[in-house]
Amino acid sequence: MWDFIVERHQQILYDGFQHAYLVVLAVAAATVIAILLAMLVTKVPRLDSVANMLSAIGLTIPGFALVGLLMPATGIGSTTAFICVCFYATLPILRNAVVGLQGVEPVLIESARGMGMGEAAVMARVRLPLAWPVILAGIRVSLQMSMGIAAIAAYVLGPGLGSYIFSGLAQIGGKNALNYALVGTLGVVVLALLLDLLLVLVGRLTTSKGIRV
Amino acid sequence: MTTTPTHGADDVSGIEIELDEVVKRYPGQKMAAVDSLSLTVPAGEMVIFVGPSGCGKTTSLKMINRLIRPTSGTIRLGGEDISKRGADELRRHIGYVIQGGSLFPHMTVATNIEIVPKLLGWDKARIAERVDELLDLVGLEPDRYRDRYPRELSGGQQQRVGVARGLAADPPVILMDEPFGAVDPITRQRLQDELLGIQRELHKTIVMVTHDIDEAIKLGDRVLILQEGGRIAQYDTPEMILAAPANDFVDDFVGSGSALKQLTLSRVSEIELRHPTTATVGEPSREAIARAEAAGDGSLVILDSRRRPVAWRFLREVARRDTVLDGDREKLVTLDERATLNDALDVMLASSYGGAIVCGRRDQYLGVADFESVTDHMRTVEKAAAEEVAADTGRAEP
Repeated sequence: MWDFIVERHQQILYDGFQHAYLVVLAVAAATVIAILLAMLVTKVPRLDSVANMLSAIGLTIPGFALVGLLMPATGIGSTTAFICVCFYATLPILRNAVVGLQGVEPVLIESARGMGMGEAAVMARVRLPLAWPVILAGIRVSLQMSMGIAAIAAYVLGPGLGSYIFSGLAQIGGKNALNYALVGTLGVVVLALLLDLLLVLVGRLTTSKGIRV
Repeated sequence: MTTTPTHGADDVSGIEIELDEVVKRYPGQKMAAVDSLSLTVPAGEMVIFVGPSGCGKTTSLKMINRLIRPTSGTIRLGGEDISKRGADELRRHIGYVIQGGSLFPHMTVATNIEIVPKLLGWDKARIAERVDELLDLVGLEPDRYRDRYPRELSGGQQQRVGVARGLAADPPVILMDEPFGAVDPITRQRLQDELLGIQRELHKTIVMVTHDIDEAIKLGDRVLILQEGGRIAQYDTPEMILAAPANDFVDDFVGSGSALKQLTLSRVSEIELRHPTTATVGEPSREAIARAEAAGDGSLVILDSRRRPVAWRFLREVARRDTVLDGDREKLVTLDERATLNDALDVMLASSYGGAIVCGRRDQYLGVADFESVTDHMRTVEKAAAEEVAADTGRAEP
């Protein structure tokens, strides 16, 4: 196995980077989408149950199924992979963002309004910073999940470590089958841990000292 | 903005608030939350809205800064109709202080205070200077507290910052919604005293909502007692509310008799003390007991050689020993003559001798306050108040 890695280390590193890049990009996009949707839900509370239902149903769609559904529309390649990962990544963040934004104590909102903050200011200066730790928790869950989803997205020739797993599966019984599968799987796990660590760091830097646990 | 000072004092920085037939009706409710409320809060005065829950006091308060929109009626600040102004713009010129201070936990003390000045576009230097000035005003050292987060402060300190935040942009009008509801009684008393001090200095127009009639009487230049539906039960000075409740509702609400409230206004030094038999440490018990029996007392106040009280004992306790024994001064609860009658009653109720030993300077024994001396005093006060009412009836009529 060691030889296997040493022989291909450049390729593995490259694929690992691609994998992480896809996931980070997709989760970043998902974060923006989720927060915007959550703001909408906060503004129109009736949408609350719709958002919850969508995120619950969305998570039950098997990854493969979505890939299959997307393929006719977006073809084979990294675009499909990106859309697929982004879709799943949005769901946990959306749920947490809705809970976080709505969970801000009403008395604080009233206090902000009472001081003459407009709606946008209340969102930017009160709701978002206070909900941020909860949203961040959602982003962490989403990032972990997306690592796995991105591996599946390799099925449509998306970039990343997923291709190793598929290669392994394709040549079961072959000499390097186990090596391929293991490198793919472990690579995903290691990357997930690294990115999670990074997120914890980002969280510490972006969460106000006044509400840090 | 126009100022309309009513007491002729030029240092009044507040403006008059006028509510004219203000109605608030919530959809689906039969009764109006506030039904045709008309009143004037004179510039520079502190007016307390008080009443049972559901009387519409908070609704009335929030209509002044348009957090709640009146169904009909007009509210004028300094003669200007507030519905003509943008809500956000209006609120930046009205201080708003609510229970517990409700500081934003993710902002430092300074950032919390800076909010409104920033919204008003003050420059940085002026804001920084203002923050320090305000922290000084509310008794918090700027260098120590400026960069702290709310969770690093006690409840009382948070409330102080809340008051500073309400005063930040020097608004002429300040609204306070149960500002001292979330702190312990001792801190509350201190905060109330501080607010009175600040108000003496600034003369803002302050409207405060509370459900605590004692707080209202203590703080208000005038007190508005509201009945259900925001109907005015009485709007008057605290003295007049105590002396001449307008109706049974006010009487009930003011509670346990107006004289009882007077207790917080009177000191132990004003009442007549009783002088029961005393004994000195070391004298023969038999002589002391004989003196007490001759005077008809069942107990003895024991003083040390410097006339400081050390104990209060029943005769049978004293009789057990040949001489009068010393006692532990620290364990004896005594009253300072400057204590309020309210405090005195507290001590008396806890005492098994039906009274409280009163000391003057350096713990010198002065006498004993008992229930009778307090009720006597209350009767005189009530009489004086009744006479005042008789003389004042013209003013009391709205």
